[in-house]
Order: sequence, then C-alpha cells, then structure tokens
Amino acid sequence: MEITLKLYASLSQYLPETSVKHATRIDISPSDTTFTLLDRLNVPNEEVHLVLLNGVYLHPEERKNLNFSDGDTLAIWPPVAGG
Amino acid sequence: MSWTRNVLRVNLSNGSITHEPLNMQWANDYLGQRGLATKYLVEEIDPKCDALSPENKMIMTTGPLTGTMASTAGRYSVVTKSPLTGAIACSNSGGYFGNEMKNAGWDMIILEGKSPTPVYLYIENDKAELIPADDLWGKSAWETDELIHSKHQDPMLRIAVVGRAAEKGCLFSAIVNDLHRAAGRSGVGTVMASKNVKAVVLRGTKGVGGISDPAKFFKATEDGKKVLAENAVTGEGLPALGTQVLMNVINEVGALPTHNHREVQFDGASKISGEAMLEVRASDGKANLTTNGACFGCTIACQRISTVDKNHFTVKDKPQYQGNSGGLEFENAWSLGTDCGVDDLDAVTFANFLCNEDAVDPISLGATIAAAMELFEEGAITVKETGGMELKFGSAEALVWATEVTVKGEGFGLDLGMGSKRLCEKYGRPEFSMTVKGQEFPAYDPRGIQGIGLAYATSNRGACHLRGYTVASEILGIPEKTDPLVTEGKAALVKAFQDATAVVDSAGICVFTTFAWTLEDIAPQIDAACEGDWSAERCLEVGERIWNMEREFNLAAGLTAMDDTLPKRLLKDIAAKTGPAKGRVNDLGQMLPEYYQLRGWTPEGVPTDETRMRLGL
Repeated sequence: MEITLKLYASLSQYLPETSVKHATRIDISPSDTTFTLLDRLNVPNEEVHLVLLNGVYLHPEERKNLNFSDGDTLAIWPPVAGG
Repeated sequence: MSWTRNVLRVNLSNGSITHEPLNMQWANDYLGQRGLATKYLVEEIDPKCDALSPENKMIMTTGPLTGTMASTAGRYSVVTKSPLTGAIACSNSGGYFGNEMKNAGWDMIILEGKSPTPVYLYIENDKAELIPADDLWGKSAWETDELIHSKHQDPMLRIAVVGRAAEKGCLFSAIVNDLHRAAGRSGVGTVMASKNVKAVVLRGTKGVGGISDPAKFFKATEDGKKVLAENAVTGEGLPALGTQVLMNVINEVGALPTHNHREVQFDGASKISGEAMLEVRASDGKANLTTNGACFGCTIACQRISTVDKNHFTVKDKPQYQGNSGGLEFENAWSLGTDCGVDDLDAVTFANFLCNEDAVDPISLGATIAAAMELFEEGAITVKETGGMELKFGSAEALVWATEVTVKGEGFGLDLGMGSKRLCEKYGRPEFSMTVKGQEFPAYDPRGIQGIGLAYATSNRGACHLRGYTVASEILGIPEKTDPLVTEGKAALVKAFQDATAVVDSAGICVFTTFAWTLEDIAPQIDAACEGDWSAERCLEVGERIWNMEREFNLAAGLTAMDDTLPKRLLKDIAAKTGPAKGRVNDLGQMLPEYYQLRGWTPEGVPTDETRMRLGL
C-alpha cells in the first residue's frame, strides 16, 4: 500500500530530498499508524500538532491506533495559527 | 488608571480643537478602544446618517493597556459608521501609531464635521493644529508619509494616512500607519477622506503612566509574556511563518474559497503559501520573505517583510518596488491570490504592496476583483468596461491591473472601488457578491467550517473573521478542538468568541495573543493597570455589553435580522465540490435561532428588555 505524506512548516525538513511540494509517496504496511510513519522519518512526536487524514482532523488517540487505506493523504503540521 | 483620561475633539467644519475629560463612567462600563469609542459614537451621531456626510464622526482610540509594557500593547482602533456596510465600523491596527497617541496623552481623538479644504492634523503632546494639505491631496499614502516626515524634519513622527483610493471614494479604503500597518476594514479611510483629512500625525513624549498597581502590573505582564514565549504557536509558529502558514492548512481541510467561492480548494495554494515564501528564488538567490517584524511592544512578531523578484514583470524597471516592504498575510494572499485563482507569488506580493501604498483593504479588494472576474467570465462585464483587459481567473496581469486602477481610482477601478455588492448589482448579477452586510468575505469557507458561517452572518461589521475567530477551535484546536462540519454547539462557540474578542479589542492588545492567552491571562493585566476590580467574569460581561451595543447601533441604522445571512451560493446554490465538506452547504438555519436565544434576543434578532437591563444598556 502507498499513501501520500505531507509535512508542512518546520516539519518539512524531515521529508526525503525527493519530495515535491512538501509531499512524498510512502509505502506502508497494514499495521502502520501516524506515529510509526513519523518515527520512520525521525519526526519528533512532540513537534506534531495538527494531523489531517484526507483533510479530516485526527485526534491524538487515532494517531496511535488508526491504520490507513491505499491512496490516503496524511498532512501534518507543528503548532500553527493565523488570522 | 492607565487611561490618560483625556479626549481631543477636533471640529473640522470650524477648525476648533478642544480638550475634554474622558467619561470615566463609560470607561468602567466599556473599558476602552473599541467598546468605549463605540459608546461615544452611539451617543453622538444619528445611526441613520450618511456615513460620508459631515454628520458622521470618526474616532481614533487607544485602550487602557496601549503603550504600556504589556505584550502587543500598541493597538489602536478607528470607530465610525461604515460607508461600505451602513453598520458600525471598528478597524484595529498595530504598528507604532497607537503607542504614540497614548504617549501624546490621548485616549481618544474625535474628528467631527468636515474641513472645507484638505488638512492634516498635527499633534505634539498637548499641542494640536490643523495644517493645510492641498499639496498632499492626490499623493499616495507612502508619498504623504515621506513628505510629512520631511516637512517637519522629524523622523520620529508616527503618521496615519489615507491614499488616493479614499480620495476617489473607494468604499473599502483603509487608514495606513507606519507604511505597512492598517486599520483595514469597512472603509474607515473613506470616512477620513470624506472629511478632507489626509493624515493624522503624532509625536508623543509624555510617557505612559498612571498604572494603578505597578508591582502587580509588572508581575502580570511578565507572566503573560512567559505564556506567549512558551506557547508553540505564539513563541515559534507565528514568528516563523506568520499567518501565511494557514494557506496549506485551510486548503487541506477543504475550506479555502477559490474563484469567488465557486470551489473550496485551490491547486495553486502551495505556490503562494508561507512555505513558498521561504523558498530561494533561482534568479537572485533570495527568498520572498526577508525577515519577520513586530509592532510596538509585541513579543510574538508575526509581521512579514518581503521582496518581489526584481526581474518579475510587476517591478521590472520600477526600483521603488524592488526593496523590502510589508509582505503577505494569509488573508491578503487568499483574497488577491486564491480567490482570484492567481498562484504567482510575486504578483500577489506586489498587489499587496500597492494596497499598502494607497491604503486599501486587500481583503475587500481581492474579493471584489474575484467577483469581477466571474462577471467577466459570465459575460456581464466585457473588455468594453475594462478597456481591453481580459479579466480572467488565474491571470496575474489582470490582478495587478485591477489593483492598480482601483488604488489610483482610475477608469474601471472606480467600479471596483464600490465593492463586490454594488459592483455585482450594477452589472445585474447580485448573486455573485460574496458579502455579508455589504462587506466582503475573508479566507474561510462557511461550507467547510460551519461555525465561521454563523460568525460571518452575525458579525456586527459585516463578513469578518476577526469578530469571532471560531477557526481557532474548529480547525486549529485552540482552546479545544471542535468538528468544523457539525453545527451543534456552534452558536455558543460563536457567542463566546465574539464576547471575548470584544474585550481584547477594547484593551489595547492584539487578538493574536489569544492563541495562547485566555481571559484568565488578560484580566490580571487589565486589573493591575486600571482602577477597580477587573476579573475575567467582568471582562466577559463588558464584552457582551459591547456586542449588544454595536447590535443596537446597527438596528437603529436600519439593519434587521434579514441581514444576518450568507449569500445563497453558500446556503444552497453551490455545495462544496471537493474535500471533507464535499456536498455540504452552510447550515446557517440550524444555528441562527439558537444563537439569538443564547444572546437573549427575540426571534427577530432584537435584544430583549431583560437583556438590555442585565447589561445596563
């Protein structure tokens, strides 16, 4: 299975160099969760704040437990706000 | 006390300038700035008056914390009746002007009547005079700023000024201070120009004293700054990417209005995002973003300072635009970029420069250009009206042309300067106008964020995100996460944000502090600065009182519950086509009755006698 992983703002530094527009395609196993993917890219968990799966907010518990479907898009930000 | 307790009243019709004491009973009930100046306006003008007539008044006002050591305490507001909406206008600005006003010894400057000839108001502490400005009329805001500094040979002057657009009657003209900061919304600059006032110039050297309990205030403000510094948003996120970090966020959640709200996601969003502003250009090895900056006393520093690629068509052979200037905020990048379908970062940045140069609200301008682009694509406007310009979505050339003619008040720019509502009515397609009460929408789509739809519909100054920023909760999880696609609980959420924001806007501090601060952080600072007991509960009651007072002004001006609505496009005509909100419209009807009930208003949206008595109105 493959999903699209997008890391924005200060998290962009953890993306592979081949990434385009803050996004990379990534192979996943059925047991992968948000946190296992982030561990694989060496993204510190404490820097992760906003997590969207296909544009929908993932609660912190879901980041530990929820698995993905082929073709999903996972987008992640550090703490951000604006106006 | 913290208030200076002094009001400067300037009668422009007869040239008289008088000093008077601040009404302290009103200060106790309405705190300062937005609340207190609105109280003065409500008491002094007929809400039904023509906003551009001498009968309207314009009040520049600080809060009790303005100019103090509290973080972000450099704010001032301009309160008047809006020519764009016919409703109350209150536009808030940062920079250094508010601090200078307080240091000159004034809580409030009231401009009334109309000068027979162009003037500017020069204030040096207690001394104030009207100085002829015939030579400044017709100049841009930036030119005027430079000429006044040069004339007085004083680089320390702080100047708030209107540009050419306001002189030509553009209904969404702003007042720009410190070149790049603006009291931006609702046409407050148009009112100032209608009074033949080109600028208000300040020099204040008195210092800001009179803190009620200095030791307590020192502790309260120090505690507040610590909270801001340790919060990841205000301590790290906003300084690094500014508000522009939201471009990709709001696009991903499917709530980024695109092509005049025909879509909710924009393919080019990443090209004009905060992240894109950091990317190094191949042409000159520089990024769009040069550095961040801060307003007076601010420990967040979210300002953007940017350059345009000097080889870009917008600035080529125009060296005056090739240096650093005020960069893109999310709202401006959305309105001038996304809503118009333009993903050219340099063009959008340049258009924003022009808005600063001639003091125009870029939100209303971009949204109006987007409406004009739809009118053009649907054939309601042709090249006959535009003088040959193909006003198509996605055209950077069209965006820059439309911006230039509007800020200068030339040709078709006079039509654009009427704003989206009047433009679309003139060309026979009123349904294309994305406005509430005649004011253009900001950058969040009510189909993808249900609560912000209610906030827009009920905002006392027309469509506005800063009157109740439920996006903080619905998208960003501040103070706690709510689901953007549900309507349950949103009436209470909107009311809570509206009342709390009214307090922040009346205190002299920036609303961005509320990404980290609650009223429990803010109230101790007000309490230590001001006489009396200012608990968080009292602050919230003051906020609710202010909201209801503004509502009553609007009702007296002729607005009704019928104006608490959204464009049909968002309520039924066009459902979201993509993203998590696909198939959704905004379900305002499910939220509005509950909102009226929570407010203590009748089903017709009128505060009940019980509510009025409870709030002391």
